[in-house]
Order: sequence, then structure tokens, then C-alpha cells
Amino acid sequence: MPIDWKYAVLLILTAALVTLCIRAVPFLLFGRERKMPDAAAYLGNILPAAMMATLVVYCLRSIHLTQFPSGIAELISVAVVAGLHLWRRNTLLSIAGGTICYMILVQNVFIV
Amino acid sequence: MKSTVRYAFLKSLPVMFGYIFLGIAFGILMQQAGFPVWMSLFVSLIVYAGSMQFVLVTLLSSGASVLLTAAMTLLINSRHIFYGLSFVEKFKAMGKRYFYMIFSLTDETYSVLCSVKPEDKAEKKQAMFLIALFDQAYWVAGSVIGAAVGGVLPFDTTGIDFSMTALFVVIFLEQWLDAKSHIPAVVGLVSGVSFLLLLGADNFILPSLIVTVTVLLLCRRQIEGKPEVSENAD
Repeated sequence: MPIDWKYAVLLILTAALVTLCIRAVPFLLFGRERKMPDAAAYLGNILPAAMMATLVVYCLRSIHLTQFPSGIAELISVAVVAGLHLWRRNTLLSIAGGTICYMILVQNVFIV
Repeated sequence: MKSTVRYAFLKSLPVMFGYIFLGIAFGILMQQAGFPVWMSLFVSLIVYAGSMQFVLVTLLSSGASVLLTAAMTLLINSRHIFYGLSFVEKFKAMGKRYFYMIFSLTDETYSVLCSVKPEDKAEKKQAMFLIALFDQAYWVAGSVIGAAVGGVLPFDTTGIDFSMTALFVVIFLEQWLDAKSHIPAVVGLVSGVSFLLLLGADNFILPSLIVTVTVLLLCRRQIEGKPEVSENAD
């Protein structure tokens, strides 16, 4: 199938522009010389904690609770990450340990 | 200077494996759909949005319209709208790097930037820029490798994308241990899980974030006022 370059580039530019606009919204609203409203500054301060929780849920969203063994490898590996991290508080160790655990589980135990 | 580069590299290291291998997966998908290597490079350079790029391959090969592409991008990346809130003041002070910092604010870069601890001022700005730059470099490198050499990786990499989940778990814990109030984390978690169960995997994140933001705005007094607030206060 021959590729329509103009069409492909147009689609890519669309995706790029929309993504950039989304990321730029807070800066368009509160950037430049404007002073950030108190409520927005407050949100900016506390949102990361809520956002990390949401991102963890987002990463695990495809788990189906009703389909065994879906989710077991994920839950075990998240526990390994958390356990390692509370134990040594070494980011790389926690991530490497949890990821290796997950890879072993999905490649050998709960084959996906 | 050298120590700033080192600091930024170490901070970006957790993102490296995930981005390289997810980038490879994207490159392979592009290659299988019949697109040349430069196109994968082009997409990762100018779009630079993980899951959206995977959807973009489908959109490209199914002949989707510009409007549909714009709508899908809006939907999939909508969560990014909140990321800038935490960095308006910080990025403002970054001069020429301002635009790039906004452009490159992915889930992972945002998370790592959230975990940058206060340091020397000038160094911190440079470190934040380098973290963002290194992260995109991993992503671009992965995309090109995937598109160029395809599926000929020497070992089974199934599951390596879990390193992104692990990164978020670690930063979640770091924030939890440092937080004066645990309400934000609990609200985010409860809202996320509730909406996931209610609306399913494809549609939950935006409603969940809107409710989270609303609740956090309403609970401002509790969150700011009582630092020793208990964890079950929701």
C-alpha cells in the first residue's frame, strides 16, 4: 500500500499540535506576567500526590478482576516495588526489582 | 555543571528502560504498518506522547480524518492538562527552555520532575531541563531502534513496560512519606479506583481527575489547615 505522505504528515501534525495545546493550558492561563490565582497555586502544590495515585491506577487499568489470573502478577509486583522502597528507599532498586519480578511472573508463571 | 548532568541522568534513569522499550514497541508497530524509519523518528520528535502514539499508528493506517485524530488526541492526553499547574512558576524562570519544558511534559517526565528536591537554584533549572531532554532522547532512540531493527531483540522483553508502573508507585510512596496531609493521595486513589470500576478502563481518567480536583478544592481548609490530619479523612 503506497503511503500518502501529505495525509500522514497532516495527521501527525494534528496529534502534535493538540498534545502541545493540552500541555500548555495552565501556562496559557497563568503564565507570562499574570500572577497565579491562589487556588491554582494550591492545586499545583498538592496535585502531584493525587496524580501519582491516579497514574498508578491508570497503569493497572487493564486488570480484569473477574478473569483469573489477571492482575495477580501486577499486584505481587507492585507489592515488591513498595516493599523494596520502604525497606531501602532506593528508587532504582525498587523499580528494577519490581520490573524483574513482573517479567519473570508474566513470562513463566502467569503467561499472557 | 558535571554534577548537574550526573544528577539529571540518575533521576532520568528509571525512565530509561521503560521509554527505550516502549519506544521500540512503537517503532515496531510503525514498521509493521509500512512506515519508514524517519516517520517514527518524526512522530517521537514532535508528538512525544506515549499511548497516543500507539493509537496514532492505528489512525494513520485506517485513514482516519483530521477531526477524529484531534478528538482522540484530546481524549487520550486530557490528563496532561493538570500537569503544568505544578510547574507554571518554575518553568517561567527557565528562559529559552520554557517552551521545551511545556512540550515535553509527559506522564513520566512530570513524575520525575515532581520528585526533584529543592537544590541550588540555577542548577535545579538546568537539571530539570536535562531530565526532560534525556527522557525524550530515550523515547526517540527506542522508536528509531524499533523501526530500524524491528523484532530482532536478543531476549524476551515481555513485561518490561511495568517499569513505568513501578516508577509511579515509587514516586507515589515518596510523596506519601513526605506529605503533610495524605488527603490528596487518598482522594486520587479512591476516585481513580471508583471511576475505573464505574466507567471502565477507556473512559475513567478524565472524570476521575475532575472529581479529584473538585474534592481537593473543597477540602482546602482540611488539607492546608490540619497538617496532622488522619489518613482515613476522605
